[in-house]
Amino acid sequence: MLSIRDLSKKWADFSLTNIDLDVKEREYFTVLGPTGAGKTLMLELIAGFHRPDKGEIWINDKNITDFPPEQRKVGFVYQDYLLFPHLNVEENVKFGLRLKKVPKLETDKKIQRTMNLLGLTHLSKRLPRTLSGGEQQKVALARALVLDPDVLLLDEPLSALDVPTQERLRGELKDLHEKSGITTIHVTHDHVEAILLGDRIGVLSDGKLIQVGEPDEIFRKPKSEFIAKFVGVENIFSGKSELKKGLARIDIGNVLIEAVTQKEGKVKVCIRPEDILLSKRPIKSSGRNMLKGKITEISDRGTIVRLKIDVGRELVVIITKRSFLDMKLRIGSGVYAAFKASSVHVI
Amino acid sequence: MKIERITALFIALGILIVAVLALPIANIFFKQFAFDLTGFLSAITDQAVLKAVGLSCFSAFLAVLVTFVFGVPLAYLLARKNFRGKALIEGIIDLPMAIPHVVAGVMLLTVFGLSGLIGGPVSPFLRFEGALPGIVVAMVFVSAPFLINSAREGFQSVDPRLEKVARSLGATEWEAFRKVAFPLAFPQIFSGAIMSWARAISEFAAVIMLVGFFPMIAPGMIWNRFYSLGLYEGMRVAVILLLITLSVFIGLKYLRGRLYAEH
Repeated sequence: MLSIRDLSKKWADFSLTNIDLDVKEREYFTVLGPTGAGKTLMLELIAGFHRPDKGEIWINDKNITDFPPEQRKVGFVYQDYLLFPHLNVEENVKFGLRLKKVPKLETDKKIQRTMNLLGLTHLSKRLPRTLSGGEQQKVALARALVLDPDVLLLDEPLSALDVPTQERLRGELKDLHEKSGITTIHVTHDHVEAILLGDRIGVLSDGKLIQVGEPDEIFRKPKSEFIAKFVGVENIFSGKSELKKGLARIDIGNVLIEAVTQKEGKVKVCIRPEDILLSKRPIKSSGRNMLKGKITEISDRGTIVRLKIDVGRELVVIITKRSFLDMKLRIGSGVYAAFKASSVHVI
Repeated sequence: MKIERITALFIALGILIVAVLALPIANIFFKQFAFDLTGFLSAITDQAVLKAVGLSCFSAFLAVLVTFVFGVPLAYLLARKNFRGKALIEGIIDLPMAIPHVVAGVMLLTVFGLSGLIGGPVSPFLRFEGALPGIVVAMVFVSAPFLINSAREGFQSVDPRLEKVARSLGATEWEAFRKVAFPLAFPQIFSGAIMSWARAISEFAAVIMLVGFFPMIAPGMIWNRFYSLGLYEGMRVAVILLLITLSVFIGLKYLRGRLYAEH
């Protein structure tokens, strides 16, 4: 689908060196890396905003390295939305169709479908500066998607948003991808975003693509310090969700947990270690998951202690030093790990 | 409501400078309409006066048009690209604002005069001395900096990534300029054009030195009548020119305000 061959570029303070990458049809590919790693530059090269110093870019078996941006069929969404401030929402979304001189009937149909898909219809006559960040980002997405691009490029699309909006839009991005099946490359410095959204992750560091693989693999055997820092910071599982009485029961492999979500089928699950309570006795409370397990690893981090607990899957838990001492925990101790169904993030 | 001390000071200072600017204008209008209304009425119906004022407005408009066609693309380049000699070009653009108009006249003569660098060779089919092209060239020379600089600032205020996004949505380089950069920079281009027009219409020395007194522009006529017929004859034409310039100025500023408010 998208192939990058030995791509190098130096631009301002950024550089990319010998990037080789294949992204598959319908894949959601996340590029994870710290600020300054060259993530945006990589997307801008794919979009044709810069010319590479070396290397080739292929889309659908066509070498597009020398194509101007307008002939690439690549959609681009920036972190700060960059809507056209002099055009209203509908005119922004219509921008590309107008340039292509698509007949009015077809334009209207496409606009309506895309605006519906993203829930923007009620905003169509508003100017961008009157919209919230989340709304603006959705307009930017609609503006790119309405043209049915071959590849959608997202440059830190959630970073400028507040946390609740971020979490909501993260889910919507995943849904959108499932519905449209559009090949997507999403760059981010947020490891949770990369894990939850990415079918595969590429790790970019100092302009080099140092590791490509599925999220599990990247976090189990990290080749970068940037990633290694996050290992064990999150509990991430793949699972299968079934809805029952408003709650979802998710099988994450040998373990069943409950979560608040409407998602069914294959999902990814993320539980923050600090959202998990530990106790030596069972905790009675509704709306809670309670898993019995054994402590397999203890690492003392000063005021907090990080534990690994085998509950059928390995669970990372962070508790305060104080409660660790109070409970007199040691390796092999049997404990109950409890967390609310609403603390389980499902995508 | 209590006005704070610094605000009060600023108001006082502001009143003084506005007074210095407004007093001569108010005075000339007062003198004209209170003591010489019939003279004003005879001037405003004088064909020669109307012709001169009309020619001033028209050639200033042509000068803005010429600057627009050649200067706006240059302003865009200056805003977007870095290249060797950019500082030199920016210096050249600013220079006409800093040199005495008589010096501008001398320089223009040496280039566009009948025996000038360009004026000489093209004289069989295009003359600057004693002709409209000369008026326009002189006006362009002194007024272009206002439009070019304002347009450059306008383009600089447009995020270049907006054009990149437009390109990714299928716009060619030209379409991205025309549909994104230009409309967004337009309010500043427009006010630059007003300033440029005003500067062009006010030019006297450079035009007179290159073109001579004929065809006659309004400032030339004011000088001419003042010199040969006295202060009050000159003042009548001056008041007419002032009235036209002021109303165009205020009208266009208002229009620009409306344009701006929509965005």
